[in-house]
Amino acid sequence: MTPGIARYRNILDFTLRAMLRRRGKNLLVLTLFTLVIAVFASILLFTRSLRHEAGLVLKEAPEIVVQRMVAGRHDLISAEHVARIASLPGVRGVAPRLWGYYFDPSANATFTLVVPPDGGIGEGKARIGVGVGRSRKLFRGNTLVMRGYDGREHALEIEALIPEESELVSSDLVIVSERDFRSLFSFPSGRATDLAVTVANPREVGTVAGKIAELLPDTRTVTRDDIIATYQALFDWRSGVMGLIFASALISFALFAWDRATGLSAEERRETGILKAIGWETADILLMKFSEGAVIALISFLGGCILAWLHLHFFWGSLFGAFLKGWSTLYPYFRLAPVIDPYNLAVLFMLTVPPYIAAILIPSWRAASMDPDTVMREQ
Amino acid sequence: MILNPSILALLLSSLLLTLLVGHAFLTGVRIADKWDITSGSELQLDLERSTYLVSTIMNMALVVQLLSLFLFIFTADSLHTRLSGAMCAAGSLAANAYGYPVLVLKIANFLLCGIWLVINHVDSRAYDYPLIGPKYLLLRVIAPLILMEAALQLLYFMSLRSRALTTCCGSQFDSGSGPITSVIVSLPPAFALSLFYACMAAVLASGIIFLAARRGALVFGILSAAALPVGIVSLVAFISPYYYELPTHHCPFCIMQGEYGHIGYPLYLALLGGGVAGISCGVLASFRGAESLRSAVPAVQKRLAAVAVALYAAFVLLVSWQLAFSSLRMVGG
Repeated sequence: MTPGIARYRNILDFTLRAMLRRRGKNLLVLTLFTLVIAVFASILLFTRSLRHEAGLVLKEAPEIVVQRMVAGRHDLISAEHVARIASLPGVRGVAPRLWGYYFDPSANATFTLVVPPDGGIGEGKARIGVGVGRSRKLFRGNTLVMRGYDGREHALEIEALIPEESELVSSDLVIVSERDFRSLFSFPSGRATDLAVTVANPREVGTVAGKIAELLPDTRTVTRDDIIATYQALFDWRSGVMGLIFASALISFALFAWDRATGLSAEERRETGILKAIGWETADILLMKFSEGAVIALISFLGGCILAWLHLHFFWGSLFGAFLKGWSTLYPYFRLAPVIDPYNLAVLFMLTVPPYIAAILIPSWRAASMDPDTVMREQ
Repeated sequence: MILNPSILALLLSSLLLTLLVGHAFLTGVRIADKWDITSGSELQLDLERSTYLVSTIMNMALVVQLLSLFLFIFTADSLHTRLSGAMCAAGSLAANAYGYPVLVLKIANFLLCGIWLVINHVDSRAYDYPLIGPKYLLLRVIAPLILMEAALQLLYFMSLRSRALTTCCGSQFDSGSGPITSVIVSLPPAFALSLFYACMAAVLASGIIFLAARRGALVFGILSAAALPVGIVSLVAFISPYYYELPTHHCPFCIMQGEYGHIGYPLYLALLGGGVAGISCGVLASFRGAESLRSAVPAVQKRLAAVAVALYAAFVLLVSWQLAFSSLRMVGG
């Protein structure tokens, strides 16, 4: 071992023993810092998981969605538009989509009803997401009863539960046949909710969207890239606002750490005095103080990350998930798989550790540059 | 303005750094004015104690600068989905006039902090603080630069508009783009390649000569300083295309992405680390005259030269490996 490393090892050894001697004081700082880091880690982890889920969902989304607008509001689109769009060069296929929302008073949640484009489900049958199953306590073979727009009750037999690859999107899903969909909502025939357009060359999506908007001036086109960008902006912005709100907690903690590092006890002052008297240099004591800070920062960082992971994995981010998710009460609850990546860890580190180190920097230097004789004379 | 936690982290850390380095700057001005090593007054003792504070702050500044440099590039990279036309960090940085100046300042401040710490390290080895003058002169340069970086970074993020139109690296690092990049990109590969190897060979040779004969530290320092821009130009001119195996793709940021095994990080770290060590070695050559540094300077120089040679050699090896085994051939058959 080189002398430099041996020296550092000895100082670290001494530091750890000194920290254990002052357990109470260090434990308090450690606990607070862990909690602060856990909050930020939860926000970052939650956002990352939401983006991951959104990415999974949007991978399957159509390249362009065409919606009809009436007075600025989304309206049903005529199926006649299918042929007009399909005739545009570059368009590979156009499919009318049928979907809608159903508010279920007994579950106090909104379900998303979807008709699969290829049929694939029999009349009187339904496939439901796990969230729907949970909220209505339904299993395979049971009957899902919904009140139609004509006032009658529609009974659908549960054929299967949708496997939960991505709970965020499938959680509230009810898949029904076209006929059931139209009779439940009294949906006019020859109309669809919107049109899904697939484009042969992904680079031409923008051009094709422009041509559709020109051809059908009463519609609006939404491209997949638009949706991805909007989701990202939304999640980013929300986590940024959360971060800004909790920055006050971070600043309070930094002030607390500053205060703690400034107010040295008589015992600590005596210790520094003795160390200097027996030959420790100012640089050694500074190193000791920073090792102390580094130990606290490292343990709190790991502890905070673990707490955040537990918060997300076992408690579904229940503390502030509602804000980040957005749908709040009307959404069947769902679990997210925590996704950890080095970028997020780096952001978390930069967000939380430099303020702490900056807070203890000047007090540590003050403590380290005390004169041994001044300290001894105080006794 | 786009707000997300990584931008918050960058802004917060640069705010902290500005405050701390500002404090160090004021302390430094006081030290430079009132310093009198022969005096035993209370003031002089106080100033001597303050030097520890300044060096602690600069230590922290170096670490934060390095982290924030990479976090900045990474954040710019992750923002590209929010800006029309951008496909990686290059597009996000070009979205307004502040992006690239911030990047250049981040690199420059990292280098300056590194050099400062080396000078400080040598200074602390002597009993009479012989380098207090040059050290605090350099600090007077660094502090305004860090303040400028923080301000430009704030402006950069403030003036980023979501869905703003910008360019992608494919058109930015293309022969039809701005004057400097188009010159770099249209350099004949054979010429760029020989310039790169000639420069690196000169650096390594002068480093080895210095290590063996203890002469030519200044030359080594100057060559190391030259190798840094040559390395970056080569990254744009031919090294990146070899990694992408695409002769038209010159972006120096995409090599940091996962598709290319994050190879950009070791490459840039080797280049920046080699630059700091090599330049510092040259800078120290001018401090040899001080009596109290007679033994300290050569010892530190030797270590710095060894580190610089090792890092530059690693850089050349990494690049040569890719040149030899890439399926792209830009020179010869």
